Amino acid sequence: MYQWDFGILWSYRWLFLNGLGVTVGFTVVIVILGLVFGLFGAFGTLSRFKAVRMIALTFIEAFRCTPILVQLIWFYYALPILAGIDMTPITASALALSLYGGSFYSEIIRGGIISIDKGQSEAGAALGMTPGQSMRRIVLPQAIKRMIPALMNQSIIQFKNTSLVSVLAVPDLVYQSQVAAHDSYRPLETYTAVAVAYAAILIPLTILVRRGEKRLAVGE
Amino acid sequence: MSETSKIEIRSLRKSFGSNEVLKSISLDVAKGGVVALIGPSGSGKSTLLRCINLLVVPDGGSVRVGDTSFAFGDGSKLPGVKTLAKFRATTGMVFQHFNLFPHMTTLQNVMEGPVTVRRMAKADAEKLARAQLAKVGLAEKADQYPATLSGGQKQRVAIARALAMEPDVMLFDEATSALDPELVGEVLNVIQQLASEGMTMVIVTHEITFAREVADRLIFMRDGVVVEEGPARQVIDNPQEAATRAFLSHFHRTGALPPANVVS
Repeated sequence: MYQWDFGILWSYRWLFLNGLGVTVGFTVVIVILGLVFGLFGAFGTLSRFKAVRMIALTFIEAFRCTPILVQLIWFYYALPILAGIDMTPITASALALSLYGGSFYSEIIRGGIISIDKGQSEAGAALGMTPGQSMRRIVLPQAIKRMIPALMNQSIIQFKNTSLVSVLAVPDLVYQSQVAAHDSYRPLETYTAVAVAYAAILIPLTILVRRGEKRLAVGE
Repeated sequence: MSETSKIEIRSLRKSFGSNEVLKSISLDVAKGGVVALIGPSGSGKSTLLRCINLLVVPDGGSVRVGDTSFAFGDGSKLPGVKTLAKFRATTGMVFQHFNLFPHMTTLQNVMEGPVTVRRMAKADAEKLARAQLAKVGLAEKADQYPATLSGGQKQRVAIARALAMEPDVMLFDEATSALDPELVGEVLNVIQQLASEGMTMVIVTHEITFAREVADRLIFMRDGVVVEEGPARQVIDNPQEAATRAFLSHFHRTGALPPANVVS
């Protein structure tokens, strides 16, 4: 029987906290950037111009239909050679994860916008609004309400996806725990603690999301 | 008539795919005139109404409302979004399914056009909106959300919302078709009040008795063409075309305005 000894991890606490800080900070950045990309992607697919729609769709499908691990490696190793720019592992992984997240966000945002009854934008148009005004004043405020649960879920997935940046030696929670595991020869304790740390952050968040969903459903 | 007409439609054509919905329709509405459009579903009457404020862009022909006119078809350029928006601001439209903005209170619904489109100051817009709500008998519902209103109240708010733009012309697209029978009267009363104030209106309706009371002209459409047109009472009481007679036989042709419960 294996003798658990979690006490040994205490001496690595600053390493873990550091890693956790990077993970959380990284998530915030890629969620915000991802939402920006997602917004562009969504409006792109809803554009009146076919060329814009095609570009947006190509972007979305390229990132949705390739594995995020492959994208991370490609952005770090292949893109600098092709584009002739040097990227730090952090820049490369932030870009890859934001674009990957953005492709899913844009589908959520697009779905939210087209779920709003066409009569709403017609009523806006009949009042004399331009398409932009009716999008901002009438459609988006209603659509955002419907998108929030799905956006939150996708953001939770994004939080977990940040664990992959350890392959590019970005010092996130997983990377730091690898260091700790190698140093302490206690991988079981280390990775168990890491799993608990992710769950401890995400479980309260999912409960919040579920509550939010219920509240929004009542408002319908 | 065309010198004084407020709305002038000439040889209007519209197809959706291979389905020709409007086949060269012409129509005049005098200033202060009330025209009722009737006909079976699929006759093109709603499409015609939506062509008047260009919610549906015609394939050919011309549309004039007041001093603004547009030509469509060979060689004519489609109007841009800004031009269209400016044009639509001068016409009010009321929809079958109300299309109130559910995320805004009744007052905000009515203020939305003046504030966003006419760039009116909030305080002025609120005063205007409250006056319009009072006019349709719903002053006390100003702070409620549409979801809490009955169908008839929703439609009256929708009318107030359209009126807040102070339009030259009002278009009604089956404004009472989605209402429970007992709520139809309160909406028809508001429309009738507008008619008596001299508002130019085009009304797509299935309320034949109401059309007979309120409209001065009546147009019967079928399969994208005007089958019969004339003074409302004359067409309803004494239709000349067989198709008109067949359609009208589905309705009780006598009787007055349906009883109204509340418009206060």
